[in-house]
Amino acid sequence: MDSHQILDHIPRLRRYARALLGDRYAADDLVQDTLERAWNKFHLWRPGSDLRAWLFAIMHNVFVNQVRSKRSEIEKTMEELPVFAVRATQSDSLEIADVERSLRELPDEQREVLLLVAIEEMTYDEVSRALAIPIGTVMSRLSRARERMRRLIAGAQPAVPLKVVK
Amino acid sequence: MTQVLENDLQAFVDGVLDEVRRAEVETYLAERPEEVERLRAYRAQDAALRTLFDPVLAEPVPAALVARPAARRWRPYALAASVLFAGVAIGWIARGSLAPLPQAGSSLARSAAIAHAVYSPEVRHPVEVGAEQEDHLVKWLSKRLGTDLRVPKLATLGYDLVGGRLLSGPQGPVAQFMYQDAKGQRLTLYVSTQKDEGRDTAFRFSQEDKVSVFYWIDHNYGYALSGEIKRDALLALATAVYQQLSP
Repeated sequence: MDSHQILDHIPRLRRYARALLGDRYAADDLVQDTLERAWNKFHLWRPGSDLRAWLFAIMHNVFVNQVRSKRSEIEKTMEELPVFAVRATQSDSLEIADVERSLRELPDEQREVLLLVAIEEMTYDEVSRALAIPIGTVMSRLSRARERMRRLIAGAQPAVPLKVVK
Repeated sequence: MTQVLENDLQAFVDGVLDEVRRAEVETYLAERPEEVERLRAYRAQDAALRTLFDPVLAEPVPAALVARPAARRWRPYALAASVLFAGVAIGWIARGSLAPLPQAGSSLARSAAIAHAVYSPEVRHPVEVGAEQEDHLVKWLSKRLGTDLRVPKLATLGYDLVGGRLLSGPQGPVAQFMYQDAKGQRLTLYVSTQKDEGRDTAFRFSQEDKVSVFYWIDHNYGYALSGEIKRDALLALATAVYQQLSP
């Protein structure tokens, strides 16, 4: 196993970063910073241990240290760039757009857990290690993220129009 | 039965409970329709998130990301590369080019092969609706594609239905059915609407790197059967699918 194998994980890192940040350029910046750190610290990786978990742990640290400090800047960019406008032709675009929007409204720490479970399909144990939090915290954040998202989506659906009584 | 806690319900959503515990949770849920509804919403949200972000896996990786800073050596790497275009990519690495990979075969075969490469390795969520709910699966996907879909039976050839999912294709909704044999080898049947290329085509073959694809267009619907198996083996299966769908 050599450092080439990091390349195999780039698509997954990009998918997660995109889901985490919404904006594709900010997401690829996060991936790039993660990869730079991974290349430089590759000698610290323990062969035989889970490379994906190691990379996601690095990404989490980079995200916490860097991206949060740029928060306001990124949010501004997001307003300017409708990332998923291309999906508007789909008949389920409303629901999908609601999901995307509600994802943005989750607190970072809940969004991270939800995405690692739902998209990256990590086990709870893997999430616990990637984010360096106890498994109980993983479970409570997951539960809160899902419920918050459900309520946001339910709130976003148009109310049933009232019948006009003449 | 031990008490069912919120953590059990989350694990139920993720399909990671053991059989005994799952049965207990199901018993618990049998009397709680509002909880069933809540968990169903969670699953739908998770599926929507995958629908939103899985396409990132099929995007070409920007060149800047594959440049290794220490050595400043460029390593061209197209996404899905590891699965789909590995052979092609080797050639491109040799040429040092980062241009998009050439299109092989029709867009139908290519889209089907990419969808196969993305979903067939999935362990926990290969499908959105499993074969145990085949009726629901067929009704749901038929409604979304606007036609009465039929799911070919390939059990006599050793492949059982795993289930299916809804994808978005270049021309609208796409149904993907997945089959698996006893060794875990997977096939996917990709059914898409073909508004622009409405002309029927005969049975065609395309090799999309490791993924072999037989495809045809019939009455505005495109069908493509993909698998990482030899052409002859896939031909027998594709013939069976074709006969069952176009009697």
